[in-house]
Amino acid sequence: MAIVSLKKLTKRYGNMEIVHAIDLDVADREFIALVGPSGCGKSTTLRMIAGLEDISGGTIEIGDRIVNDLPPRSRNISMVFQSYALYPHMTVRENLGFSLKIAGAPKEEMDRRVAEASAILGLDALLERRPSQLSGGQRQRVAMGRAIVRDPDVFLFDEPLSNLDAKLRTQMRTEIKKLHAKVKSTVIYVTHDQVEAMTLADRIVIMRDGNIEQVGTPDEVFQRPATRFVAGFIGSPPMNLQEAIVDGGKIVFSGGQSLPLPGRFKAKVNAGDKVVFGLRPDDLYPVGHGLHSGDAADVHEIELPVTVTEPLGNETLVFAEFDRRDWVSRMLNPRRLRAGDRVAMHFDLSQAHLFSAETGKSLRP
Amino acid sequence: MDANASARLKRRVGVAAHGIGLFLAMLLICLPGIWIVLSSLRPTVEILAKPPVWIPQQVSLDAYVAMFSGVGKGGIPVLDYFRNSLIISVTSTVIAIAIGMAGGYAFARYRFRGKSAMFLGLMLTRTVPGIALSLPLFFVYARLDIIDTHFGLILAYVALNVPFTIWLIDGFFRQVPKDLAEAAQIDGCTRWQAFWQVEFPLAGPGIASAGIFAFLTSWNEFALASQLTRSINSKTLPVGLLDYTAEFTIDWRGMCALAVVMIIPALLLTFIVQKHLVGGLTSGAVKG
Repeated sequence: MAIVSLKKLTKRYGNMEIVHAIDLDVADREFIALVGPSGCGKSTTLRMIAGLEDISGGTIEIGDRIVNDLPPRSRNISMVFQSYALYPHMTVRENLGFSLKIAGAPKEEMDRRVAEASAILGLDALLERRPSQLSGGQRQRVAMGRAIVRDPDVFLFDEPLSNLDAKLRTQMRTEIKKLHAKVKSTVIYVTHDQVEAMTLADRIVIMRDGNIEQVGTPDEVFQRPATRFVAGFIGSPPMNLQEAIVDGGKIVFSGGQSLPLPGRFKAKVNAGDKVVFGLRPDDLYPVGHGLHSGDAADVHEIELPVTVTEPLGNETLVFAEFDRRDWVSRMLNPRRLRAGDRVAMHFDLSQAHLFSAETGKSLRP
Repeated sequence: MDANASARLKRRVGVAAHGIGLFLAMLLICLPGIWIVLSSLRPTVEILAKPPVWIPQQVSLDAYVAMFSGVGKGGIPVLDYFRNSLIISVTSTVIAIAIGMAGGYAFARYRFRGKSAMFLGLMLTRTVPGIALSLPLFFVYARLDIIDTHFGLILAYVALNVPFTIWLIDGFFRQVPKDLAEAAQIDGCTRWQAFWQVEFPLAGPGIASAGIFAFLTSWNEFALASQLTRSINSKTLPVGLLDYTAEFTIDWRGMCALAVVMIIPALLLTFIVQKHLVGGLTSGAVKG
């Protein structure tokens, strides 16, 4: 069990800087998810923590110990790879016990720890099989078992679920969460799937182009995105974002449509400021098919033409045209709508977001 | 006849034709070998007969007995040749495999300046026919005074085999996912241990095939060996075949018998190693 602390951690390949001096503190037993689009530096960061990648600058501390130049084996970590990386020439039992064998652990201890891990993950029936005889989900479990057996200070997961089909992914997600509750280690989990990050992590680190955009609990990053990028990245379907100009008490979109400027932003913007207006699909809904969460005075009604509907059973995503662009809205207790129907929509402006068009930073007071 | 019956008939005819085709191909491949074995057992008259005598009339092991008899009774120093062949082939194979493993691993895993040029250079050496090298090699060896030594031939064969073993082993290491060595390092291995515990066993079949190839090349090589050897100090079995040629005659039967003696160890080795050439060992390492 250990804290992990990154200070000004930098990675360069030649002249290309991939990770720009990031700082991050991970508390003991915390589950942290690094998320971001591909190429954002999250996997590189994880590999630097693991010691599989040299660092170009800064420090990495694991449990009060600077590990910058230690080889992976001396960092007391374990890692679950995207590809699982099971040793194909060994049985499941040998795979699980490999790290203990290398460490020269006595036979009894090896058997005991393999049995423990195997019991936690339900691998007992598979111990004598080879990886090629296992299904994707089973391989995934063996990979996790191999990580548990080491009893590491920190677990590192590198997109462990991305090779599984959708159903299995949901199932394994739950298993990882249960596992963390059982073994109570520090976990650093890399994923490009924001749903995985939201459901699993205590805190989420959103990365982009080698920088950290925001660190926060799932609620924080969802409710209070610090930047336009985070707003667009977290949440499914993504937040509606549209550039606009502040004009007195209104924000005017490029297409000429306008909405009233929510009161709490008045002190933060001036007339003529270029901004990006953001509204989650949950806060835009056909009248009578959603819940407004703030002051009723902030709910603004506009009639819009429907362009596409995507029924999901319990709800329907309605795409409606506003200011020459499709805005996605979430319709609860759905009724049938057809493309071309005109529907009265509620814009719940108490939940609206405003970002500076220049810096992308949130203008929330 | 309905469509099903005719389809079934077609399939059966296809299977039969396939079998016959395979049999003919195998016959074509095996015939020279069989002919050598037969020729080693029959008298010269029969070997040279026109039209050929397909089924041997008289079979005897005389050629083999003569081969192992002393000088003057038609014998040749076959045991010396065998020993030379074995020492030279095994040593050069072991060295070529060691260099091939190091080189192949480097090419498969590391990025370095001039990598592709170097790789191409290695491949280009394969385009030079061995026989073209024999004369320059002879002069160099004469100066170095290593003609008619084991060392000389081993050196030549290592040089001959290394490009190929590097190329072959590189391909096999490429098939071993990089993640495996990284996982092993996280599991507590040093870089060296990760190689021997994980990557080496998985590339094993490839290394074994490279080994067979290198061994057979050295074992069967004639052109260079005939230039660079002189006496029983270093003459190998293929060069020993020349002992059966005299100024005006060639003892075809004796030559064939020696050829059989040469083939047997190579055949045995191939059989033994073949068991370890289990393909697809890496399946199941990564992905679903």
